[in-house]
Amino acid sequence: MENQIIETQRIQLTKEDFSSDQMVKWCPGCGDHAILHSVENVFPNLGIRKEDFVVVSGIGCSSRFPYYMNTYGFHSIHGRAAALSTGIKVANPKLSVWMITGDGDCTAIGGNHFIHTVRRNVDINILLFNNKIYGLTKGQFSPTTPKGTKTKTSPQGSFERPFNPGELVIGAQGNFFARTLDTNPKHMTATFIEAEKHRGTSVVEVLQNCVIFSNKAHELITSRETKDENQMMIEHGKPLIFGSNKDKGIRLNGTNLEVVKIGENGITEKDILVHDQHESDPGVHVMISRMMPPEFPVALGVIRAVNFETYDHEMDTTIAHEKIVSKIKNVDDLLNSGGTWTIE
Amino acid sequence: MVFLVYVCSLKTFNFAKLNKRFMTIKKSKIVGLEQVVVRFAGDSGDGMQLTGSLFSDSTAFAGNDFATFPDYPAEIRAPQGTVAGVSGFQIHFGRKTVYTSGDLADVLIAMNPASLKANMKWIKKGAIVIVDIDTFTEKGFEKAGYSTDPTLDGSLDGYNLIKAPISNLTKDALTSLNLDNKTVLKSKNMFSLGIIMYMFNREIDLVSKYFETKFKANPLVVEANKMVLAAGFNYADTLEVLGSTFKVEPAPLAKGIYRNITGNVATAWGLMAASERSGRELFLGSYPITPATEILQELAKHKDLSVKAFQAEDEIAGIVSAIGASFTGSLAVTTTSGPGLSLKSEAIGLAVMTELPLVIVDVQRGGPSTGLPTKSEQSDLLQALFGRNGDAPVIVIAAQSSVDCFYGAFEAAKLSLEHMTPTILLTDGSLANGSEVFKIPRVSDLPTINPPIVQANDPNYKPYRRDPEKLSRFWAIPGTDGLRHRIGGLEKEDGSGNVSHDPMNHQRMTLLREEKVMRVANYLPDQIIYGDENAELLVVSWGGTYGVMRTVVEKMQKQGKSVSLAHFRYIMPLPKNTEKVLSNFKKIVVCEINNGQFVKYMRMSFPQFKYEQYNKIQGLPFMVAELEEKFNALLKH
Repeated sequence: MENQIIETQRIQLTKEDFSSDQMVKWCPGCGDHAILHSVENVFPNLGIRKEDFVVVSGIGCSSRFPYYMNTYGFHSIHGRAAALSTGIKVANPKLSVWMITGDGDCTAIGGNHFIHTVRRNVDINILLFNNKIYGLTKGQFSPTTPKGTKTKTSPQGSFERPFNPGELVIGAQGNFFARTLDTNPKHMTATFIEAEKHRGTSVVEVLQNCVIFSNKAHELITSRETKDENQMMIEHGKPLIFGSNKDKGIRLNGTNLEVVKIGENGITEKDILVHDQHESDPGVHVMISRMMPPEFPVALGVIRAVNFETYDHEMDTTIAHEKIVSKIKNVDDLLNSGGTWTIE
Repeated sequence: MVFLVYVCSLKTFNFAKLNKRFMTIKKSKIVGLEQVVVRFAGDSGDGMQLTGSLFSDSTAFAGNDFATFPDYPAEIRAPQGTVAGVSGFQIHFGRKTVYTSGDLADVLIAMNPASLKANMKWIKKGAIVIVDIDTFTEKGFEKAGYSTDPTLDGSLDGYNLIKAPISNLTKDALTSLNLDNKTVLKSKNMFSLGIIMYMFNREIDLVSKYFETKFKANPLVVEANKMVLAAGFNYADTLEVLGSTFKVEPAPLAKGIYRNITGNVATAWGLMAASERSGRELFLGSYPITPATEILQELAKHKDLSVKAFQAEDEIAGIVSAIGASFTGSLAVTTTSGPGLSLKSEAIGLAVMTELPLVIVDVQRGGPSTGLPTKSEQSDLLQALFGRNGDAPVIVIAAQSSVDCFYGAFEAAKLSLEHMTPTILLTDGSLANGSEVFKIPRVSDLPTINPPIVQANDPNYKPYRRDPEKLSRFWAIPGTDGLRHRIGGLEKEDGSGNVSHDPMNHQRMTLLREEKVMRVANYLPDQIIYGDENAELLVVSWGGTYGVMRTVVEKMQKQGKSVSLAHFRYIMPLPKNTEKVLSNFKKIVVCEINNGQFVKYMRMSFPQFKYEQYNKIQGLPFMVAELEEKFNALLKH
C-alpha cells in the first residue's frame, strides 16, 4: 500500500498510459468505443499504479476490451470471466480487477459464475455491456432481449422473458449495482469511479448500442426527443425526479412505486421518494432497477451501494488469524503433526 | 500367504490347517506370520472405520509395514442392516514391504448378517470369521436377504467361524455404568477391536490413551470404551476355538519418522510442499466430487500455510479461478474426478494456449458419466491425454501408490511451474482412500522448484518469448513494473503474443506447444524395469496398480518365472528410454483397470511392438491370482 501512495504522488498518469498499440476492431459507431474512452479516462485518476490494473473478459464483442487497454489483461473463454477475475483477486487482493462482459457472456453462458461472484462479494468491478443481442455471432437473441423481438433465432419474435441485470444482481445479494449509458460519457466516467470506490462486487450495466444487430435498442432513453421522459438520473440523498420540466417524480405508494406529477393532486416534492443507495434492505432498490418504459423512466446512476465484507478480504483475514493461532508454521511441521512413530 | 510358526519351526500353513492343528493348544502358543489381511465389516453406523484406524495405529506401533483400504457404502445412510449399508475397512500388514491393502482377507469381523453377506467374496477359504452372533436373528437375516441362518446352513463350512455374542457381552460389560442402550451398543465395535488386538498380541494401552484424548470432555465415554475394549480382549483369551494368537514381526523399515497417510491427504500435502519449495502461494479452485473431495477439504484446513482454497460454484469455475490465480503468480491447482475433468476440458485448453502453470488432479473413478462414483478405475487416461478441442498437449503423470500421491503432486507442480505447462496428475479412488505407511521426508530434501519468473522492467520481455532449452515462456506477474501484457485464448503470434490469425504462425505455435511438452522428457528419469531386462514376458502397467503388479511379478520371479515389470509413472511425455526398453522383450502385456487405454497409447506411440492386454472393468482392483494366471498362460504360449 505504501508503494501505491508513493507511485501516485510521483507520477500523474494520463489516458495515454492506458492506450494499447492494438488496432481497435469494433464496428464504427459501436457503443464500445465510447466505453473504452471512458475507462481510459477513469484509470489514470483512481490513484492506482498502472501495473496493478488487470482487465479481464470472456468472449464476445465487448470481451476484446483487454487488448485495447495497456494493462495486465486476460481475454478468457466464454462466460468464465467472473471465475477468472475471482481467482485473480483472491490470489492477489492488491490488484484492481475490471471484468468486461456482455449480456450473453455474463447472463447466459456465464450466469452461474456471475451470480456466485456477486453473492460472494469478491472485490471486482464488472462492466456489463448490455446491447440486448448476441453481436459477435451476428444477431441472436440474448437473455436481455425484450420479449417479442425478432432476431435470427427468434424469427417470429422471442417468447422468452428477459432478465433485468439489476434485479438479477440484487437478487443474488449484490451490494453494488449502477446503470449508465454509452451515449453519456460524463455519466459513465462518474459511475465507473463510484464502482471502483465501492469495496465488493460492483456491477455497472452499460446500456450499449449495437449499430448492426440491435441498433436503437435503447433509443427511447437515448434519443434527444424521448430521453427526458424515459430516463431518470438518480443520486444518493436526492429525490427521484425526472421529465423535461423536472416535474415528475417517483412516489412509494404502499409497497409499489408510482409516477406522480409534482403540483398535481396536491403532490409536492416532499412526497417524492428520496434515493438512499446505502439502504441495506433491497426492496426499493429492486423496484428502482426494474423501472422500464413506458410506465416508468429507466433509472441511471448508482442504485445500490451497501457495504459488506468482501470474499477476498475475509480469506486474507482468516489466513492471517490461522497463521497466528496454528502450531503448524511450515510443511515440516505439518508432516510431523498428529500420529507419527519413529523407527530407530 | 506364508505363516511362520515359532512353535514348530518354519513351516507353511494356511489358516484352515492351522486352526485344526492348534484347536486344542493353549493360548500361550504364538504363531508368527509373514503378512495378514484383516477386514472389519459392519453397518455404516457401527464405527468400523474408527475400529480399523485404531487397529492401524496399533499396527504402526508394532512396527509393521501396512496398507489400508476403507470400503464405504455409496449411500450416506443406507437402510440399517442391509447389504447396501455395509461399511468395511481392510488392513494388510506384514514384516516385509506391503504394496497393497491386500486381496482376500485372512480374518473377517462381521458385526451383522449383512456385513457377512457383503464380504464373503472378499475372504480366503479357511479364513477366521468372527460374527456378532447376537445380530444373527430372523430380522437380521431378512434385512440382509438371507433365507436361512448362514452360520447353520453350511455356507460357512471350511471357514473358522467364531460366534461371539458381542452385543450382549458389551451390555454386560457396561451394566455398572447405567448407560442408555444406544450408547452401549455404539461401543460394541470396541469389543471386536479387543478381540482382534488379542489375536495379534497387541497392547491395548495405546488405544485406551486414544480414548482419553479423543473423549476428554466425557470421562464416562472414555471409561465405557476402555471397559468394552478390555472385555473383548479378555473374551478372546477364553476362546478355546481360537487356539493360538498371532504375531507379525516388525518390518525392517529404514530409520526415520513415519506416519500413516491416505492418497488424498498425501496429494494435498505434496502440493503444499511444492508451494513452500517454489515460494509460490498455493491456490486451489475446486468443486466437491467423489472421490477427490478430501483434497479440497484438507487444503481448506491449511490457511495456516497460506493456502487459498476456493470452493467454486462448479467444476468450470474451479479450474478457471485457478487459471486466474496462476496468471497472478500462484501455484494454481484444481482437483476433480472424471466427470469434472470433462467439464474442465475447455479451460484446460485455455491454460494450454496461455501457457500458464496449472496442476489438474484427477482422482479417477468408474465411468462413463456418473458411472461408479465410489469405485476405482483407470479410465480417464485418454481423456487426460487427448480430451480437448484443438491440438492441446499437456504433461500427464500418474501416482502409483497412496504415498506416491505426495511425490506425484509435488512433481506435477514442479514440472508445471518450471515448464509453464498445465499438468494432469492422475490418481484414483483406490489410492485416494487407501492409506499406507509414509516415511516422512524433510522439505529441504525435496527437489528445488524454480519457476521462470520475469524480473521487473526486463527490456527483453515479450509475452511469448521462450526459454531456448525448455521452450517454455516466462511468467510475468501482474503488479510487476514494466511487464504489462495481455494473454488469452485466441492464437498468439510467436514471440509478441499478439492475437494472430496467420496460417504459418498457427502451425508454428502448434508445433512449439507440442515440442515444449515432449522436451519435458529431458528432465525425467529413465523408465525402470523391475527384473531382467530381457525376460520372456514384460508386464506393463501404470498409475495406481503398482502395488499389485509388484506383488505378482516379485512372486513369479521368486518362482523362477521369466517376468519383468515396467510400471509407468510418466505418461506424457514417456521416459526417453521407453522404446529401447520395450524392444528387449518379445512378449508384452499391458494391464489396466479399463478397457485398454494405455495399450492404445502404446500401440500409437510404438506400433512396431506387439502388445497383449489384460483389462478388468468391474470397479475392482486386480487380484494377485488372476494376474498370475494370465501371465503364466502367456509364458506357456
